[in-house]
Amino acid sequence: MLKESYDVVVVGAGPGGSSVATHCAKAGLSVALLEKRQEIGSPKRCGEGLSLNSLKMIENYLGKKIPSKCIAQEIDGAIVYAPNGKKVIIDFKENAGAVMERKIFDKWLAEEASRAGAYVQAKTYVKDIIKKNGYICGVTGEFEDEYFEIKAKVVVAADGVESKIARLAGLDTTNKLINIDSGYQFEMVNLKLNDPKKIELYFGNNIAKRGYCWIFPKGKDVANVGIGIALAEKPARYYLEKWIETKPEIFNSAGITEVNSGGIPVGGFLENMVLNGFLVVGDAAHQVNPIHGGGMKEATIAGKIAADVIVEAIKKNNVSKEVLDKYNKIWWKERGNELLKVQKLREVFEKLSDEDLNMLAEVLTGDDLIAFSRGSKLGTLAKILIKNPKIAFLAKHLI
Amino acid sequence: MIIMGWNINKNKCLRCGACVSVCPKIALELSEHGIENNKNLCNLCGICEKICPVGAIKVNKNA
Repeated sequence: MLKESYDVVVVGAGPGGSSVATHCAKAGLSVALLEKRQEIGSPKRCGEGLSLNSLKMIENYLGKKIPSKCIAQEIDGAIVYAPNGKKVIIDFKENAGAVMERKIFDKWLAEEASRAGAYVQAKTYVKDIIKKNGYICGVTGEFEDEYFEIKAKVVVAADGVESKIARLAGLDTTNKLINIDSGYQFEMVNLKLNDPKKIELYFGNNIAKRGYCWIFPKGKDVANVGIGIALAEKPARYYLEKWIETKPEIFNSAGITEVNSGGIPVGGFLENMVLNGFLVVGDAAHQVNPIHGGGMKEATIAGKIAADVIVEAIKKNNVSKEVLDKYNKIWWKERGNELLKVQKLREVFEKLSDEDLNMLAEVLTGDDLIAFSRGSKLGTLAKILIKNPKIAFLAKHLI
Repeated sequence: MIIMGWNINKNKCLRCGACVSVCPKIALELSEHGIENNKNLCNLCGICEKICPVGAIKVNKNA
């Protein structure tokens, strides 16, 4: 049963919320992890892909191996398509990542929070925060027909892209249209996949303005098929359906088993993510990789950083914004500055015409892209581009 | 029929909350009943219509 007061109340049981809850509970704090939906992990708003690096990092942070039931399909590479159809095959020749089953993965993460000692409750809708003497000191909400009030030393907003809690508390986390993608996706079955061990990405300003269409295999003939776009004239759904029609060789006899949509933050990181007795993590804090829109790894890392700061603050009996500010400092040092560079790279890529993209596909090899993805350094890409006179002009944007 | 003001097609809406995240007035909310708009806060700016992945929102500014 939900108690009247906790050291920490975490709003939202996605990867970020579960990460904060797990680490706070492990340190001995009393924690409530509240999820408004009736099922943790569903509906998802995600392509579900994780690189091997990210998988390992999440396992390190949790100190546990991710159970195989959370993984739908192991991946050994990617096929990237330029607007003219030219493909670049990235073959790691070994396990390079996975497409997750978010429904199971998110639930498992919340289970781990529970096993660590947090109290987890679904279908519990936090509507507002309680503020007293300049401090956030609890939340109010609804469980079925009942109104509830819970006191907390620290409230954590991990309530996703639609986060309202942070804004009600006084942090402006509103996404600007320039920094959010509109996403739409299907889970599909009876597909004729080119290679069920490779994710596929399709680029082109007419296919997916400022983004891409994806096929992330979740089995031999099952995949998460979606699109992320920005500032387009029509809704994301229109472009995905249009693109699917152009690929009968894959989708001819396919069925749709799931329909999802969502906003994907791709930049606009927050300088300040704390208030007195309050902080924000994950999608709610725009902690997402601006190039691919992946947030599971970022949320997990930020959750751990936040938990460490909260534990220390509560131990000191001082949860002021000055003390919680350490979360800002550490996050920006460990993740923010790098993600800001990735945002810069995204801004360069979104200026590319279809012709530029076609040219990139001509000169870049799969190995170049592997080197780039391993290093993830803009300098690495710049070096590759400079070697090719036709696209050297792009390099100047990266240095 | 054109309805003045802020309109949502609840049959199209997937309750993803993308609109909530861009609303500059914090007028939108994703509750158990779907997306709700607080008409006292909404200034019909139309940003929510632009982000909606399924085209469920229509905003008519000349309300």
